Amino acid sequence: MAGGGVQKGRGPVSETYAPVRYPLLVPAWAVLLVFVAAPVAMMLVYSFLTKEFRGGVIWEFSLAAYDQFFFDRGLFGDEPPRIEWTYITIFWRSIWQAGLATLLSLLIGFPTAYFIATRPKDTRAIWVFLITIPYWVNLLIRTVSMRFLLREQGPLNDTLLALGVLDEPLRLINTNLAVQLGLFYSYLPFMVLPIYAAVERYNFTYSEAAADLYATKWATLRRVVLPAVKPGVIAGCILVFVPSLGAFLAPDLLGGAKNFMIGSLIEEQFKGNAGNWPFGAAASMILLTLVLIALLVATSLQRRAEGPR
Amino acid sequence: MKPATNVRAYRGFFGITLLCLFILYAPLVVVTVYSFNDSRSITVWEGMSLRWYADVFVGPESGKFKEAAFNSFTIALVAATVATAIAVTSATAIVRAGRFRLRMPSLGLITLPIMVPEIVLAVATLIFFNSIGISRGYLTILIAHIAFCIPFAYLPVQARMQGLEDTFEQAAMDLYATRFQAFRRVLLPLMIPGIISGFLLAFIVSLDDFIITNFVKGAGVETLPTAIFGSVKQGIKPNIMAISTMLLGVSVIMVAISYFAAKWDNTK
Repeated sequence: MAGGGVQKGRGPVSETYAPVRYPLLVPAWAVLLVFVAAPVAMMLVYSFLTKEFRGGVIWEFSLAAYDQFFFDRGLFGDEPPRIEWTYITIFWRSIWQAGLATLLSLLIGFPTAYFIATRPKDTRAIWVFLITIPYWVNLLIRTVSMRFLLREQGPLNDTLLALGVLDEPLRLINTNLAVQLGLFYSYLPFMVLPIYAAVERYNFTYSEAAADLYATKWATLRRVVLPAVKPGVIAGCILVFVPSLGAFLAPDLLGGAKNFMIGSLIEEQFKGNAGNWPFGAAASMILLTLVLIALLVATSLQRRAEGPR
Repeated sequence: MKPATNVRAYRGFFGITLLCLFILYAPLVVVTVYSFNDSRSITVWEGMSLRWYADVFVGPESGKFKEAAFNSFTIALVAATVATAIAVTSATAIVRAGRFRLRMPSLGLITLPIMVPEIVLAVATLIFFNSIGISRGYLTILIAHIAFCIPFAYLPVQARMQGLEDTFEQAAMDLYATRFQAFRRVLLPLMIPGIISGFLLAFIVSLDDFIITNFVKGAGVETLPTAIFGSVKQGIKPNIMAISTMLLGVSVIMVAISYFAAKWDNTK
């Protein structure tokens, strides 16, 4: 009989239900092909259609959506094309904001993950649990809470004023900083967990060897620990960067109109009356492409980090 | 002998960890505290009171909130149930049915909803329903939720199944149990902790979703997050903080149960 055992990595895989493997997979394939894969394909098609005013599309092939994204042809569309910066700027701002949020998460998340992973085994689970809970609290509620906290007359300013740290309240709402804080706060647990998992597997005898060879603690951290846990760091960065890039709630509730990001640009095409569905679909496709590029870069970095040392 | 200095510990990391927890919890604590504020204004503290909780249930907006809560909870219940059932059958095929060509593609397809940015999935789903002519409402929300809940239900289920050896089922089948009986009477009971964990995570994810729901809901149908978002757009009111605190409580309780269920070892 086919063996049992744990089915990790390349080990044996149980074959108990091998004869019925395909029927078992039918529900998942049916639901996900029809309601996830097909819709994404449909979105690609829509991005090449002609827009109908007041939302929707006309079934006529057109490159207008992508053209509008990248080129400015004047009010009547008859001038020579110039680069249209409006949307490129929004995308660039999103990449920048998501990048800063990722950096902030890394600066706070790495020491936290390292600290948790070096706790005694029985208390680690409690620390991890504490880090995970906020992630499962409704993202909308967390963002609203952040808005409440950062308001001009909110608890943060009240406290700082009462303590005499500030003379007048900080205007944080509707700034880039508020958006970064919001994104950072939304996805921080995603940074901590993979780094924690990597540090937990790290063999601390390397650190001891480095210390024996008179390496300073920071040199040990930078040149011994960090290279060893790099795959976890890369995973954490990608898990924060990707959702931040397409975030809607943090820029919308904390950033205001001046700090528009991709998420709001896309939402506007479908929710308002001025909606342009093909343009929204094209912007979504461009976002999806950026995410794929980020994932590919991360995978290749990870492969290099895991390769023979 | 103990080394003179601990090579593992870094000064300041404990402080950063406390800062990290402070950042994660401060906004939630503040909203919870202010939800008990007696004042009509959200800036002034006027003493403890449950008036905004009462307002949620009997106040002028209570009808809207009750309907939204009904939609949210029924959608979450059905979506999580269906997603968990799909998760269990597909995990059985991926973990317990040998190696085959569609094994890794299946895993990829199952995790697709968490790889695609949420706003992209929202746009795609809206376009899909529009192009096949289904009008937006309760049903479209439910279908979208079933689809994106699958990976969240799947991961704990798969983790549990990988942790279980198949010796119990093999023993049952050696004693002439059919394959279905081995699944139904042996594997399924052993899977209960993973199933509970997966179901609860899927339930919370559905209950919490705003972006996809906002795209596929259509006019007139609201869930709690879309109703809250609508209200917040006009400014944060105390009753919103009361609702948020209750929803926060539901999430924390469910995550706690899910966490302990995942650790529960019922193989002995």
